[in-house]
Amino acid sequence: MTAVIAPEAPATSATRTMTGAEMVMQALKDQGVEVIFGYPGGAVLPIYDALFKQNFVRHILVRHEQAAVHAAEGYARSTGKVGVVLVTSGPGATNAVTGLTDALMDSIPLVCLTGQVPTHLIGNDAFQECDTTGITRPCTKHNYLVKRIEDLPRVLHEAFTVASSGRPGPVVIDLPKDIQFATGPYESLVGRAHPTYRPRLDAEDALIDQALDHLVRAERPIIYGGGGIINAGPEASEALKEFVRLTGFPCTLTLMGLGAYPASDKQFLGMLGMHGTYEANLAMHHCDVMLNVGARFDDRVTGKLTAFSPNSTKIHVDIDPSSINKNVRVDLPIIGDAGRVLRRMVARWRERGLSARTDALPLWWGQIEEWRRRDCLSYRRSDSIIKPQYAIQRLFEKTKDRNVFITTEVGQHQMWAAQFFGFDKPNRWMTSGGLGTMGYGLPAAMGTQIAHPGATVIDIAGEASILMNIQELSTLVQYRLPVKVFILNNRWMGMVRQWQELLHGSRYSESYSEALPDFIKLADAFGATGLRATNPAELETVIDTMLATDGPVVCDIAVDEKENCFPMIPSGAGHHEMLLGPEDKADPVATEEGMVLV
Amino acid sequence: MPTSQVISRHVIAVIVDNEPGILARVVGLFSGRGYNIESLTVAEVSHARHQSRITIVTSGTTMVIEQIKAQLARLVPVHTVADLTVESPCIERELALIKVRCTGEERIEALRIADIFRARALDATHNSFVFELTGGTEKLDAFCSLMEPLGLVEISRTGVVAIARGPTAIGEAAAA
Ligand SMILES: Cc1ncc(C[n+]2csc(CCOP(=O)(O)OP(=O)(O)O)c2C)c(N)n1
Ligand SMILES: [Mg+2]
Repeated sequence: MTAVIAPEAPATSATRTMTGAEMVMQALKDQGVEVIFGYPGGAVLPIYDALFKQNFVRHILVRHEQAAVHAAEGYARSTGKVGVVLVTSGPGATNAVTGLTDALMDSIPLVCLTGQVPTHLIGNDAFQECDTTGITRPCTKHNYLVKRIEDLPRVLHEAFTVASSGRPGPVVIDLPKDIQFATGPYESLVGRAHPTYRPRLDAEDALIDQALDHLVRAERPIIYGGGGIINAGPEASEALKEFVRLTGFPCTLTLMGLGAYPASDKQFLGMLGMHGTYEANLAMHHCDVMLNVGARFDDRVTGKLTAFSPNSTKIHVDIDPSSINKNVRVDLPIIGDAGRVLRRMVARWRERGLSARTDALPLWWGQIEEWRRRDCLSYRRSDSIIKPQYAIQRLFEKTKDRNVFITTEVGQHQMWAAQFFGFDKPNRWMTSGGLGTMGYGLPAAMGTQIAHPGATVIDIAGEASILMNIQELSTLVQYRLPVKVFILNNRWMGMVRQWQELLHGSRYSESYSEALPDFIKLADAFGATGLRATNPAELETVIDTMLATDGPVVCDIAVDEKENCFPMIPSGAGHHEMLLGPEDKADPVATEEGMVLV
Repeated sequence: MPTSQVISRHVIAVIVDNEPGILARVVGLFSGRGYNIESLTVAEVSHARHQSRITIVTSGTTMVIEQIKAQLARLVPVHTVADLTVESPCIERELALIKVRCTGEERIEALRIADIFRARALDATHNSFVFELTGGTEKLDAFCSLMEPLGLVEISRTGVVAIARGPTAIGEAAAA
């Protein structure tokens, strides 16, 4: 197919002639970008040169391109802005792929600029050439290869529009080196609507009313919110809070949605899903009307599809039509922005003078309270060893009065953080949900700290995950970013060990963290502070010292090596087949088909 | 079998910006998500607007077909997605070029069948023909299987192109 000839922009007084590299910097400035995360190389030298000659965009030099993308994700998720990444061709681009996939799965708005060999060498297996648009096509929301300087201003601005509108996601712009040197007319196109890409934001009132008709008649309603509410901005979380309070309904959130509704509130049932609470999962299972806002019926949430909430009327609000009826058939789909739809729901509920069923709702809450009394998150306390859950609880208690942001790596520690660290506000919780990327947390914390210089930013980590992007300690030290790394060191890839214990006859194949580094010396080698706690008393002082220390700190918290994360719904099981503690054994019949699932 | 499990065949037409990579995007979507492609055709339909039309024949359950359409519609360079099988009666056509090598009785038989099917002979030698045939997929299949014993050696088919019957054009609301 031939290339599109873009309609030439009429030359206006605002049009200026500049090089491609200068256009990049100018477009970033026009888009209000203050910081980019990157790593240089031959194919982006002209852009780095243009960067050198300006002072409005700050560049954070990471130590690995994957970390640049995760840092931009942390920046984006904690601010609501677009995260921007700049990497070179070939290995720079391929190193970014994990981060891009992570951002796609979790709907994080990013613009990633990749250098490319000059246009006349494309396809020749030139040095540091790779088919970046080919490789990133399935892991971006959209991507561009710019082959003409005339197209560059449009593509640069379009990328920001595409990344941030509708369901957000990562966008790659592949920029051959000759295009960076070429000159052409530049004009700011900020805010220009895309010719075809126009996501639907508002739903018709008729649909809103239908949803309310279901909800008002419900005997056992539940509201299930997801990351879409966070993406819709803090106003969306406000609207959710208002709607939940107005209706008196119980509310649960996905891993990605934590913070969209205050964890400290009575109407919050905790997180749902594989490691969600007993009350949240059973309420989902037994409800008669479910309102899903901005969540995607992910398999970590639904468990076995045929057993998922079998008797409920399902209402699904999502900005992405392809999320509707993908995994679970719903009765009433509503396409729109989570915040706008929730605000309309609040308004229509009031205008119509609706009230929830006073005959049924107290009974439903009575049932939920009964489930709550199971106290599913309880664990065996110890005076001598640090229980990982206890470590998180203490961290939470001791940071309550601070302006705190939490990131995580992936594994048991991530789930314990989700269960035991309460978030009352959105944008405070950065975790890799969809892709489950070990190595996400440290760079994400870095990006979050850049966006919130005065805040307490903590990466709750596992000893295995932290080693995946440990090189970023160097970045933290360079930019004096006081990120705290809180390692729950159980000497195992705990989540792997847990599955092997429950589903593979305790054959612990390759899941022991052999030859671990001395994390104190390691922190020291990078110029950070290292601390260690081996018992509950030391935990107190380590947390206090960590919080009182100015620069980056690595805390090695030696926790119970054998602790497992409960509740757990084994893969392939239904919400009602939850394991609540070590006494429950995974049912061998249920696991046979579940075994093949991840 | 519950209706949700019934697999049906759908012809989907997609209007896209004619830009590099668009075909890879569409094909990658089908392979990446495990959808079937029975046939796929693509050609520019508006030079002025740089738009192409992709016609895809696919099959799946209602839920899968809905997913395919939604996934196609969310691609940035996609303008319109129309399920021609569902939205209105549609006309489907395919073109085939078919080479048959034969002599004597079989040669006469090949010509007779071509005549019945209204196939045109585009090329002839003493021992071969190239026929051109247009029609629905089944007609082309039938023709090929009749030619098979007579010396069929090569087939080139375009895949299905389709258009809705009636005055309404793709992407327009149905005329009242
Ligand atoms: C990049 C990557 N590789 C492999 C995995 C599979 N995986 C999930 S959890 C886990 C173990 C994590 O161990 P650790 O960081 O010590 O956390 P813990 O579960 O012990 O808290 C592994 C290997 C993954 N999620 N990401
Ligand atoms: Mg571990």
